[in-house]
Amino acid sequence: MSELPGDLKFTKEHEWLRQEEDGTVTIGITDHAQSALGDLVYVELPEVGQEVEAGGEMAVVESVKAASDVYAPIAGEVVAVNEELAEDPEKINGDAYGDGWIVRMRPSNDDAETLTPDEYQEFLDELEE
Amino acid sequence: MGNKTPLFQCHVDAGAKIVDFGGWDMPLHYGSQLEEHHVVRNSAGAFDVSHMTVVDVGGADAKIFLQALLANDVARLKEEGKALYSAMLNDEGGVVDDLITYYLGPDRYRVVVNASTRDKDLAWINAQASAFNVEVEERSNLAMIAVQGPTARELAADILDPAWREAALALRPFFGLEAGDWFIARTGYTGEDGWEIMLPSEEAAEFWENCSRAGIQPIGLGARDTLRLEAGMNLYGSDMDESVSPLEAGMGWTIAWEPEDRKFVGRKALETMRENSQRQKFAGLLLEGKGVLRDHMRVVVEGRADGEITSGGFSPTLQRSVAMARLPAGDYDSAKVDVRGRLLDVRVVKLPFVRNGKTKIEL
Repeated sequence: MSELPGDLKFTKEHEWLRQEEDGTVTIGITDHAQSALGDLVYVELPEVGQEVEAGGEMAVVESVKAASDVYAPIAGEVVAVNEELAEDPEKINGDAYGDGWIVRMRPSNDDAETLTPDEYQEFLDELEE
Repeated sequence: MGNKTPLFQCHVDAGAKIVDFGGWDMPLHYGSQLEEHHVVRNSAGAFDVSHMTVVDVGGADAKIFLQALLANDVARLKEEGKALYSAMLNDEGGVVDDLITYYLGPDRYRVVVNASTRDKDLAWINAQASAFNVEVEERSNLAMIAVQGPTARELAADILDPAWREAALALRPFFGLEAGDWFIARTGYTGEDGWEIMLPSEEAAEFWENCSRAGIQPIGLGARDTLRLEAGMNLYGSDMDESVSPLEAGMGWTIAWEPEDRKFVGRKALETMRENSQRQKFAGLLLEGKGVLRDHMRVVVEGRADGEITSGGFSPTLQRSVAMARLPAGDYDSAKVDVRGRLLDVRVVKLPFVRNGKTKIEL
């Protein structure tokens, strides 16, 4: 598996977060998650403007194998969604940390339980055991 | 750590994602199962199906034994090499397994059954055989490679022993050919043209590598499942099992009722079921919108009992979700499916969805 990008934070639900300059946070699922799901065929995105709670359902990714809920790692308002995923859900498989971004949010608070790249890698290593 | 076919290392070397399948370590895909699916519909792919069980039945009673064992009638196999698809039933008319039987020659047949049902099937076949003068021999030294797709036979012919090339290409659909120690049959589980080739295990890896070099791409189990689902082909364990009769699994056409005096295991129970006009039927479902139909989802039919999806998934060729389902009796062309709490509209259609690269239903 490729190296984890150093500028991201992670969660145990296999999501990544990127702090943007304008205060918003971009969110997606990790390479580990996309590999476990297999080829994605549909992505259900939230509405722009939607408020989500931390831990609440934010999106759904469906692969040939299974449907998987993507939970909001933080509370906030959805300010943008990756429309391209409607036509091309496989962007998540091909570039989970880049073109495969799913949602951009404006967080409503600073609370976020996230892992550093090293901590997430450790978490993954433990899963393999 | 499960059983490994002779091609296991080839799969690992090719970067396959290995998963457990009925106790076997098999390749799910080699990168993208969607891409592999399209390769088979558009050109040629190779499947390692060495985990399947090959059983030779020989002896003076071979024919009458198989006529008693199987719901389809081997008497229909009048030419050498001809094959048929059949259910093997228990006394209650439930399906023990589905299989293909080839007539090899006088008093000799080859039966190919599923991998996951190997032990059960061998025990069953041997028990039924005890009353007959037959030898039942599992051919565990044979590996099996299926080459499938519109260009598969052409490409594979070039890498066959030249002595057999012409005869292999002359095979009609559902016929097989003994080619030295090999057996080449124009059968498959994808809905495309192609061959299933049985060959000695020690020759398998070389032939597999030759397939790749000839442009017949390795294809994993993931694509195998989406291909057979599109082709409306049953999967034992999902679409039917011992508690399901062939009449409720879309396999009615495989039952040879004539001659009426041919007693086969399960016949009596089947005859009773045949009288029941309210028995469940089997059909295809097409989800018009977004989403994926999955195994066991509930099907809601207006004014009737609920049905259930037996095999659900995504059709890469149709670019939408399809399923096979057991449904209440009646004449209707629409229903709803409970997809994760929401009732979504589906069309009820006659199988198959796709055959020989062509869409068989109206989109």
